[in-house]
Amino acid sequence: MSVLVIAEHDGKLLKPGTTNTVTAAAKIGGDIVVLVAGHQCADAAQAAAKITGVSKVLLADSPLYAGGAAENLTALIQTVAAQYSHILAPATGYGKNFMPRLSALLDVQQISDISAVVSADTFVRPIYAGNAMATVQSADKIKVITVRATGFDAAAEGGSAAVEILAAGPDTGLAKFNGQELSKSDRPELTAARIIVSGGRGMGSGDNFKILEALADKLGAAVGASRAAVDSGYVPNDYQVGQTGKIVAPELYIAVGISGAIQHLAGMKDSKVIIAINKDPEAPIFAVADYWLVEDLFKAVPEMTQQV
Amino acid sequence: MKVLVTVKRVIDPYVKVRVKSDGTGVETANVKMAMNPFCEIAVEQAVRMKEAGIVTEIVVVSVGTQQSQETLRTAMAMGADRGILVEVAGEAQPLAVAKLVKAIVDKEQPKLVIMGKQAIDDDSNQAGQMTAALLGWPQSAFTSAIAVNGDTADVTREIDGGLEKLTIKLPAVVTTDLRLNEPRYVTLPNIMKAKKKPLEVLKPEALGVDVTPRLKTIKVEEPAKRSAGVKVADVQELVAKLKNEARVI
Ligand SMILES: Cc1cc2nc3c(=O)[nH]c(=O)nc-3n(C[C@H](O)[C@H](O)[C@H](O)COP(=O)(O)OP(=O)(O)OC[C@H]3O[C@@H](n4cnc5c(N)ncnc54)[C@H](O)[C@@H]3O)c2cc1C
Ligand SMILES: Nc1ncnc2c1ncn2[C@@H]1O[C@H](COP(=O)(O)O)[C@@H](O)[C@H]1O
Repeated sequence: MSVLVIAEHDGKLLKPGTTNTVTAAAKIGGDIVVLVAGHQCADAAQAAAKITGVSKVLLADSPLYAGGAAENLTALIQTVAAQYSHILAPATGYGKNFMPRLSALLDVQQISDISAVVSADTFVRPIYAGNAMATVQSADKIKVITVRATGFDAAAEGGSAAVEILAAGPDTGLAKFNGQELSKSDRPELTAARIIVSGGRGMGSGDNFKILEALADKLGAAVGASRAAVDSGYVPNDYQVGQTGKIVAPELYIAVGISGAIQHLAGMKDSKVIIAINKDPEAPIFAVADYWLVEDLFKAVPEMTQQV
Repeated sequence: MKVLVTVKRVIDPYVKVRVKSDGTGVETANVKMAMNPFCEIAVEQAVRMKEAGIVTEIVVVSVGTQQSQETLRTAMAMGADRGILVEVAGEAQPLAVAKLVKAIVDKEQPKLVIMGKQAIDDDSNQAGQMTAALLGWPQSAFTSAIAVNGDTADVTREIDGGLEKLTIKLPAVVTTDLRLNEPRYVTLPNIMKAKKKPLEVLKPEALGVDVTPRLKTIKVEEPAKRSAGVKVADVQELVAKLKNEARVI
């Protein structure tokens, strides 16, 4: 058995989900090879080589792999896919984009978003926004899998794998990358943060998010949001936590002015400690909260910022 | 140009889902069903493009039991022109759906296929990208804006750090994200009109597709429950609990 892990990175550093995916690979067993594909990403390949348990790193460095465009990336992975029993990537926006494409090219039914490995062919995955957990078994020759980072610990540093150059694959010419507009922030990334402060429609405006940011900065936390806050234009789309946004499981999740719809809970209910501040004593978010406070957020949040 | 849109019938997103006690799946008997929300956004997009004069015909496709005809009728009430049901008795997994959609695309020759980014029942998030792969077409997954310019489309995709812009060649497959549009409500007159629109029923065999599931469901269980929390009186107590009891700050 040999497992290929597709790394998510920014050219220099690995994105947090990659190391968790390596842990999932280790649970499956066999050699672990990490593919770092991108443009000017030699540093990221070096970072991958240091992950414990990785036996080899493949580096495919070409302008063809700038951005996350799926067409050329899947064509590249196809050139090596047959050598592996399993191909894994993090179940992030990055992995979810190209992995199904790869899977179809290999005539394999992908297993999405696994949260546990039962055996080399059997996995647990949440369905219905996490309201049910399905154990599924794959009969496909190659298992193509996306990994829910919150289900696995991050693999430690300590390896020293060799980095091998993988020649670029064909240019499919199907899509042209015109750049990314990335939200800039000095705060930690949502999926990597130890503490997250999230705001919902109750925040009332984008401007009011300043009071959450003040609390977040005091705690060294990331800022997240519900879909309603994103749809209302208070914050950018990449803040969204939930079934169709980001899945997070920090040490501490602070939900402010969020009612607790199942789609939101789907993204945060595995957090270690959850606190909720809401003025409605019946808010469903309280059902998953370890500590909950019924109060106006405009009073409670500034107070909290002062006291922490 | 012709557009093909896929619509899936799923449990209504606001219904509390219950796991069956025998562990074989979730309860679907007597449960309110609805069109998958991302498919609604896909239909809406096609209808807006038709209203803008870019699209000439909208074909909607659903894979499922006979009851999925209702979902097709809803799509036609929103403005789609005709429907195709691929009738399958059991579960159709995303790869099978993608193969069926490809077979229909081969016959219908649309210039654009719009699918939801994810079905909110299986939460697979696969069928659109798979369809693009099988057709050898470019894909734009998680799309929040699309502008067609002749033989290409400029698209904006939602990615984890923000937004990504691509120019893709047509024909292509686009999957919808929440911010692409807000679907319209169907009106009674349009529901009546939709009843007269053509709806074709096909079998997978007629399309030459084997829909046998590749993934076997061993069991379905309830997720682990969180233990009950406590209500605190004020911020002071909250901060004290976080520091001394939970020790997370
Ligand atoms: C297909 C689909 C996918 C979805 N995906 C997601 C997703 O990924 N993530 C997500 O979050 N949602 C998602 N949703 C939306 C979800 O169903 C809810 O609509 C949304 O989470 C509600 O956001 P909210 O809690 O901020 O808003 P609301 O439900 O409007 O709640 C606002 C809360 O703020 C409280 N409040 C108001 N003012 C104050 C105040 N001054 N002080 C204290 N409390 C106050 C209110 O009591 C209320 O509880 C999805 C929905 C669908 C159909
Ligand atoms: N049975 C089906 N019938 C019609 N469309 C489907 C079906 N299954 C999936 N799709 C389409 O593919 C998208 C992604 O589904 P999935 O890969 O199952 O999450 C959905 O939003 C639908 O547009």
